[in-house]
Amino acid sequence: MRLALLALLAKEPAHGYELKQALEQTFGAAYPQPNIGQIYVTLGRLEQNGLIQGQDVSQSSRPNKRVYEITEAGRAALAGWFDEPTEGPRVRDDFFTKLALAPGTGAADRVALINKQRRHYLNIMRGLSRLAAAEDRDNRIAHLLIEGAMLHLQADLDWLERCQEELE
Amino acid sequence: MSRPGPSVAAVPPPDAMLWVKDLVKVHRAQGVPSHAVRHVDLQVDRGEFVAVMGPSGAGKSTLLHLLGGLDRPDSGEIWLDGRRVDGLPESRWAVLRRRSVGFVFQFSNLVANMTAADNVELPALLAGIPPRQARARREELFAELGIEDKAGSTPAGLAGGEQQRVALARALVNEPGLLLADEPTGSLDSRNTRDVLRLLSRFHERGQTIVLVTHDARVASTADRVISLFDGEIADDTAVGPPSGTSNGVADVLRLES
Ligand SMILES: Nc1ncnc2c1ncn2[C@@H]1O[C@H](COP(=O)(O)OP(=O)(O)O)[C@@H](O)[C@H]1O
Ligand SMILES: [Mg+2]
Repeated sequence: MRLALLALLAKEPAHGYELKQALEQTFGAAYPQPNIGQIYVTLGRLEQNGLIQGQDVSQSSRPNKRVYEITEAGRAALAGWFDEPTEGPRVRDDFFTKLALAPGTGAADRVALINKQRRHYLNIMRGLSRLAAAEDRDNRIAHLLIEGAMLHLQADLDWLERCQEELE
Repeated sequence: MSRPGPSVAAVPPPDAMLWVKDLVKVHRAQGVPSHAVRHVDLQVDRGEFVAVMGPSGAGKSTLLHLLGGLDRPDSGEIWLDGRRVDGLPESRWAVLRRRSVGFVFQFSNLVANMTAADNVELPALLAGIPPRQARARREELFAELGIEDKAGSTPAGLAGGEQQRVALARALVNEPGLLLADEPTGSLDSRNTRDVLRLLSRFHERGQTIVLVTHDARVASTADRVISLFDGEIADDTAVGPPSGTSNGVADVLRLES
């Protein structure tokens, strides 16, 4: 979330609540949104590190609000983030470890493990379909996020199929 | 391996639209036997939407063809809507396929030199429905599927997604008890896939019984129940619902780390 907040602040100065709204608008309801407390904590840390700078603005009938602005160091950190290629997805290590170690333990059976995992993925897939159906049709970022998750799941399911074919 | 399947009774229970017992099919190509379907037991209740998944060559298409009488089993029983059908002669199957079983395939297989409307109305006429009623049903389906303006087009003049909708209308025009679909979205892009799935779900919500073969998990997860076929056998049979267990499910998959 650190860098997402920096990216939003690179566009224009904002206070905590505005940043929360901007995140929600961009990613849609599908994305598990950070709560306002998490946002304030992150903003505090960013300020301590000199990546943003806050200024209290007084409001007539309400408590002061703190408006943040990105600093030069913040812009450099953001540029560094965009510059780095992003790590690729990893296989589900925990499941793979179970699968590799199950035989002989008397505690689990490989086919049962695969079936259980497939059921779990299918249920998640259904949840994602529901989310996609409920999401605003015009929010392309949100739909791309859901579609990305679905494609990853499809790959995980294809891989489960390979495990089942090879290990049976 | 265990073969989950409820069929222990000797005759199908009254709720079963489809009831299959110990079904076996061996293909023989140049004398080499291919055990496509091995001792499958299956019950699909009225109104259920079941997806059949599995790798290529698992026997999904063979199973579906057996269920719709496009291919004959070597042994086993198939009961459709309370009637035993596996031993019926082709002439009786032809009637069943016209009235009681609708088919959709990956490629729409529409008659090339007929209009979209005729492709749908003809099977209704062949089933003995009066012309005016056949036309009314076709119009209703086309409206529902959003292709009312395509009635006069020939298949060549339709996009892939539109052809598949016409094929769906043709499969449903005689109000079959059972809809069988083999990779119906297999040649569609993701937007058309989503639209065809939405249409299938809508017919399902109105009570249509559907058995759909797919290797696409997004497609399978629109069904209520998913059967996994491996090497001609049912390896798993599960209801699909909200994620359970200790993980965060959907939220976990969508979490963006940074
Ligand atoms: N008409 C046929 N003649 C010979 N072998 C066939 C025929 N149809 C399918 N098979 C074989 O039967 C097995 C199952 O095929 P199929 O039912 O098409 O699987 P799926 O639809 O899951 O890909 C495969 O090994 C395939 O090669
Ligand atoms: Mg097939």
